Amino acid sequence: MDGSAANDAFVEFDRVQKSYDGETLVVKDLNLSIGRGEFLTMLGPSGSGKTTCLMMLAGFETATHGEIRLGGQEINNIPPHKRGIGMVFQNYALFPHMTVAENLAFPLEVRKMGKSEREEKVKRALDMVQMGSFGGRRPAQLSGGQQQRIALARALVFEAELVLMDEPLGALDKQLREHMQFEIKHIADNLGITVVYVTHDQTEALTMSDRVAVFQDGRIQQLDPPDVLYEEPQNSFVAQFIGENNTLNGTVKSMTADKAVVELDNGEMIDTVPVNVNAVGDRTLVSIRPERVEFNKDRLAPDAHTLKAEVLEFIYMGDIYRTRLRVAGNDDFIVKTRNAPDQRRLKAGEMLEIGWRPQDCRALDA
Amino acid sequence: MTDATSGPDVNSGPTPDNALREADAAEKKGPMLAADGTPLKKSLMRALRREKLRALMLIAPLLIFVLVTFIAPIADMLFRSVENEIVAETLPRTVVALEDWDYASGEAPDEDVFAAFYVDMVEAEEFKVHTRLGSRLNYETTGISSLFRKSGRGVGRMDTDEYTDAFIDLDPAWEDPAVWMELMAADTTSEILPETNSAWDSWLRILKENDDNVAEEEPEDFLYAMLYRDLTRNSDAVAAYDGPQAALLQAAAEATADIPEVSIKEQFLDIDDDWGDTEVWGTIKAFSPKYTSGYFLSSVDLKLTPDGVEQQPDNQKIYLLLFKRTMFMSLTIMVSCILLGYPVAYLLSNLPMRVSSLLMILVLLPFWTSLLVRTSAWKVLLQQQGVINDILVWVGLVADNNRLVMINNQFGTIVAMTHILLPFMILPLYSVMKTIPPSYVRAAKSLGATPWTAFWRVYFPQSVPGIGAGSILVFILAIGYYITPELVGGTTGTFISNRIAYHISSSLNWGLAAALGTILLVVVLLLYWVYDKIVGIDNVSLG
Ligand SMILES: Nc1ncnc2c1ncn2[C@@H]1O[C@H](COP(=O)(O)OP(=O)(O)OP(=O)(O)O)[C@@H](O)[C@H]1O
Ligand SMILES: [Mg+2]
Repeated sequence: MDGSAANDAFVEFDRVQKSYDGETLVVKDLNLSIGRGEFLTMLGPSGSGKTTCLMMLAGFETATHGEIRLGGQEINNIPPHKRGIGMVFQNYALFPHMTVAENLAFPLEVRKMGKSEREEKVKRALDMVQMGSFGGRRPAQLSGGQQQRIALARALVFEAELVLMDEPLGALDKQLREHMQFEIKHIADNLGITVVYVTHDQTEALTMSDRVAVFQDGRIQQLDPPDVLYEEPQNSFVAQFIGENNTLNGTVKSMTADKAVVELDNGEMIDTVPVNVNAVGDRTLVSIRPERVEFNKDRLAPDAHTLKAEVLEFIYMGDIYRTRLRVAGNDDFIVKTRNAPDQRRLKAGEMLEIGWRPQDCRALDA
Repeated sequence: MTDATSGPDVNSGPTPDNALREADAAEKKGPMLAADGTPLKKSLMRALRREKLRALMLIAPLLIFVLVTFIAPIADMLFRSVENEIVAETLPRTVVALEDWDYASGEAPDEDVFAAFYVDMVEAEEFKVHTRLGSRLNYETTGISSLFRKSGRGVGRMDTDEYTDAFIDLDPAWEDPAVWMELMAADTTSEILPETNSAWDSWLRILKENDDNVAEEEPEDFLYAMLYRDLTRNSDAVAAYDGPQAALLQAAAEATADIPEVSIKEQFLDIDDDWGDTEVWGTIKAFSPKYTSGYFLSSVDLKLTPDGVEQQPDNQKIYLLLFKRTMFMSLTIMVSCILLGYPVAYLLSNLPMRVSSLLMILVLLPFWTSLLVRTSAWKVLLQQQGVINDILVWVGLVADNNRLVMINNQFGTIVAMTHILLPFMILPLYSVMKTIPPSYVRAAKSLGATPWTAFWRVYFPQSVPGIGAGSILVFILAIGYYITPELVGGTTGTFISNRIAYHISSSLNWGLAAALGTILLVVVLLLYWVYDKIVGIDNVSLG
């Protein structure tokens, strides 16, 4: 999937707004188009409106304003059961009084499918999530991970083209969650279904998605494929929210189209890429990823600006080293280095000169 | 598949389970010992016993309270429903004498039975217990009560004084209480004068009751009557007697031939012809055992007669009808509570908090008003000159001279009781519905179910435990309800409990009330058991 959705928009939010109480907008002017077969993740802090968007798409909440289209057709007034959208709930919502097989057969039954065809499909769906032998059990007799698989199978068994998932892995432990992330992704790719996935776990969002929509305060802050999102955050919220990030406060001193010189608050100068600053004299938050910081002078460009830094703490984390530095008055400046044979282990109290490639350092809104 | 939960137990570290397993293995080799050397099992048991004892002490006050206020009354009720000591206690001699009498012979008992009955009645009359016995037996055969009352008055005026006069004429010593005392104190008199001796015991009890001195009171007629009977029947034994007052006794025995016999049976028949009726004696005989099934038989419109168990006459069959009506009406009330309560509970659990708490107050409002007031309010509403009839007449749906009868019948009872018991249906339903997350119905809809299918296939089955709990509660409360049917039931809307109350406070037939209550209890337990088999009590949630 290349993420270029506009040419084949399957799901579209067009200037959608939502308010529960008539006083505050929970979703503000949402515009989003999702391509057929795309895996789109809505990521954002708690209360940012992700579930609300999903519920509007599923039909359980009505948009206060704007249009939602599915396959080109407006669905604002179509009741949920006629939308044909598969859904996986956070608590799985498996019907406790039915067996696993009955749960899976339910959507087929309400579609008046014949018995043999039904059984065939249920069996195929169970096999797909590797739960073939659990058809006779009750949901309460399954582990969390197994329930998760069944919920997934149930959302897929009636061959919905669009499947919504609201934090489906939230209740699982870390290992199982990582495993399920890959499994869901593979199943989605194999079936070619469109998935809208809600999470507030950024690793999950990055590993699974074709595109990630970062929500904050009822707005999409950035909508991009994971690598772009991580490497080219468009504003300081996204930079902070996705991955680990070092920030330095400063003022823009000079600016060209692809380079801005920023004077930090302690007077030192650094080179940055201007992203979200408009003019000389603007306050800015300079953002740089911990793994892009270099303290080996040989690897820096000869004309690069460098900053003085003092090592405060060195933490050995197995595959990486994590070093905490004091840089330009910031005591929380993190540097990550790979545990390679030639890599030096720094000691607390050591003084360093650090620098980076200018394109890795982004001047964002303050 | 690398599912963390389905892998085999390959963990070799000391998990708690493994530790237990190891302990088990060690036990098989030899008993495990605690630190102080006692076997581990023993010290564990001791520790547990102490814990149990402490727990028991904590619940002791409640346990005692429940025992005293609940278990004991029920046990008492169960006991009363079969207890029947009054006959054997009041008429001990008669009960024994009647053993040889056969009801099927069609003839009244012989003189012996009447003689025994005479003494029993004299004592009973003195203690004023014959009327109680009369009322008791009147439950079984009407008319016995007045018969006993009449006979109680009659036993003192019988012609047996002829014996008294005859004996005293024979020898004035017979008038002397001291002579009697001496005679009755002798060892052998209980064998040669058994009836006199037994009557003498009654005489002593009577005197003691009246705080009289034996030595000062002249013996009464019944003693002479018994003496006459003993002397005429045991003449050989009397002749051989050599104890105190032997001469007096033997002289009297000689003289009995000249004393004309006064038939006690005739005396009783003089008081009332009914004493010749085998029905009366049959009833006494049928109810002479200490325990009887009579109350239970009466409770199901049967009757214990001297001939065995029989149907009650048709005009007295009421209990089966009442039981059936109680069942039917309780079921109707239960079903109306479900029909009315379910939507309300559904609203309560799905409306926003603010609205639902207001609604909840409305539901609970009946709890805060007196039952009497609520029931009377229904009277005002439903009576023929009441609000509803007025409105119907005014609208023109009902003619003024043809107003609907909605109170003092089954309809009124069902309406009023449904209203009163509704909260008992709504609250359990609500507490169950509250725990059903909305995501189930949403999931069902997202899977393509129409709102109705989603409700019926997904929501409703999960609310069944609430229906079960509410139904049990309402049904059990309804089946034993008393005050509302009493007030608005009229004659066609009364319950079995009204009959129980009648027997407790008006007819004073506590045995029958107890038997009816016991049957009610058994029915409830039975229903509970059936319900447990079908639905499972574990599935019942009272919130
Ligand atoms: N039914 C509702 N009635 C009123 N307000 C609501 C309702 N549902 C959500 N909200 C509000 O709307 C805002 C967005 O909620 P939403 O559930 O969409 O957040 P979310 O992004 O899914 O958060 P989370 O990650 O915690 O699930 C929140 O401020 C919430 O309080
Ligand atoms: Mg949410």
